[in-house]
Amino acid sequence: MQNSLLTSPTLAVDAYRRMRIIRRFEERVIDLVNANEIAGVTHEYIGEEAIAVGVCSALRESDVISSTHRGHGHIIAKGGDVRRMMAELFGRVTGYNRGKGGSMHIADLSLGIYGANGIVAAGVPIAAGAAWASVIRQNDGVAATFFGDGGANQGVVHETMNMAGIWKLPILFICENNQYAVTTPVQEATAGPGISTRAAAYGFPGVRVDGMRVDEVYESVSRAVARARAGEGPTLIECVAYRFQGHFTAERALSLTYRTPAEIDTWRAKDPLPHWAGVLEDAGALSADQRAAMDAEIETLLDEATQFARASDWPQREDALADMYVTNYPGLPAKGAAWNAK
Amino acid sequence: MERQMNYLQALRESLMQEMRRDERVVVVGEDVRHSLRGITKGCLAEFGPLRIWDAPISESGFVGMATGAAIAGLRPVVEFQIGTLIYVCFEQIVNQAQKLRYMMGGQGRIPVTYIVPGSGARAGLAGQHSDHLYPMLMQAGVKVVIPATPADAKGLFTAAMREDDPVVIFAPAGSMSARGPVPEGDFVTPLGVGEIKVAGGDVTVVAIGPLVPEAVKVATRMQDEGVSVEVLDPRSLLPFDHGTLADSVRRTGRLVIFDDANRTCGMAAEISAFAAEELFTDLRAPIVRITRSDVPVPFSIAIDKHVLPKPEQLEAAIRHVMSFDLFHAGAALSR
Repeated sequence: MQNSLLTSPTLAVDAYRRMRIIRRFEERVIDLVNANEIAGVTHEYIGEEAIAVGVCSALRESDVISSTHRGHGHIIAKGGDVRRMMAELFGRVTGYNRGKGGSMHIADLSLGIYGANGIVAAGVPIAAGAAWASVIRQNDGVAATFFGDGGANQGVVHETMNMAGIWKLPILFICENNQYAVTTPVQEATAGPGISTRAAAYGFPGVRVDGMRVDEVYESVSRAVARARAGEGPTLIECVAYRFQGHFTAERALSLTYRTPAEIDTWRAKDPLPHWAGVLEDAGALSADQRAAMDAEIETLLDEATQFARASDWPQREDALADMYVTNYPGLPAKGAAWNAK
Repeated sequence: MERQMNYLQALRESLMQEMRRDERVVVVGEDVRHSLRGITKGCLAEFGPLRIWDAPISESGFVGMATGAAIAGLRPVVEFQIGTLIYVCFEQIVNQAQKLRYMMGGQGRIPVTYIVPGSGARAGLAGQHSDHLYPMLMQAGVKVVIPATPADAKGLFTAAMREDDPVVIFAPAGSMSARGPVPEGDFVTPLGVGEIKVAGGDVTVVAIGPLVPEAVKVATRMQDEGVSVEVLDPRSLLPFDHGTLADSVRRTGRLVIFDDANRTCGMAAEISAFAAEELFTDLRAPIVRITRSDVPVPFSIAIDKHVLPKPEQLEAAIRHVMSFDLFHAGAALSR
């Protein structure tokens, strides 16, 4: 395989490392939500790690991504700092968004992460805007936008795909088909032969890959990135995967029955982590002992991240009204109790 | 005499000058290359196809792209052919472009200018093309300007394009053919600074956008009958020049707001609330709002006057507030 991750052992091992960080970060988030240390709604990426890591392994640091409500994995895969991520989940001022975004909005513009997003598929045109800027400036920057099988049915995705097609924008449409839009199965929400085939309507390639296999994702994305950098336009890549957890952390308490235990077990058998660990072991790239050492390091990293978050300061009163504008004016932003604030 | 030009030409001059000055300024919109609206006329020839983009009819898509391009370092100008198309892409303006900087904890800048040429009601276009929807944007914190004169059209458009935050500029249909002096060269009207168009001592009229010249005419007419009307054009709705308004109302003690937006939770309601909270002891008369009625603008010109604010209504409102001379509590308390 020309684009195989294994042709670069460093990249291949790093892919395992990042998938493992995502998995353990998310498992810890579940515990921290249940312990009421993290407030609000979190959506775990467990089971889908191979997609984010496969995609971001094929991107440069200067390339742009836009993410979704289920965004932790994308941020980690693009190089995000787990300490600042965890601090953001804790609502602390040291968090990526200074405690103003939380789980669904983590952004790091210095890494090209144009943010997770709380509105399904709203980040798709925003990433396309970065790709459009590459065309205008005639550089070879590429953007990748993540959205789900649910997001695939938002009108703005189709608008953006059309514009990406006519303007040959250097963008990758990464559809994470995890089988369900909350509880609605993809077959019941998707007309036609499938999401990847929609690219044909807009005149660019659409492919379906096994989203549980990091090397397959990487290989396909690498081809699409090369195509985009060469000015040949977008690609839609539908990554077929499964989320092992519920739509959001608290779903467990709802006792929903839209998925059967047998179905979940079938997909768990395809878990991307043990698979890739096995490939690396077979290839002699990462032995079981080396892997155990790496896993232990990751636990230390995440312990540290949680401690950093816990020990961090809360945002202060003045932070609540800061950052709304680059340029402020008298009376702007308006305060809720203007008469009392004088 | 200073150089005269019309409002549309002033907008065009502002855009062309800014595109020459700053290569990060790019234009996207519907039918902008052939310039259906006139502002972008000549852009394609001078700046080439990478600076001006005819988008398909996909407002959410290209407005969202402008946000991404702005984060990437460009300064997009988005032209809306019709103001109500903002409804189509409301999510991408108020929930994305405006909120992202705050929600990202102050990361990045989103310098997008959205221009709405021919905003508000135009004869015969009926209800879906006629709203002046700036209160909805302001409620979401989006900066809004609405120039009433050709000079301010140039000055505020330039200021909007240089602002590092999203700004919507309404260029009302009723103002587009206005003619007046326009400074040559680089010219900026700062955001948040209103202008007294007519000085007067009896009543303050805050007139907005296309209603400014109408209010000036009413003020002139009423001068002859001995009523001294002060006309304030805020020019910028968010930020709003509360200081100039307060100074004026402290002198006149009476306030009428003449606004082409809807009544409920509208711009006039906001100005009234400010005056009631902050200027209570300066008022000698109840505040009066002349606004649109809260129905769609009807097609027939026989009845649109019952919906759109009219100068006769302003005149009647001024007479009404002049019939009051309530005890000036502020003056009494300060003694």
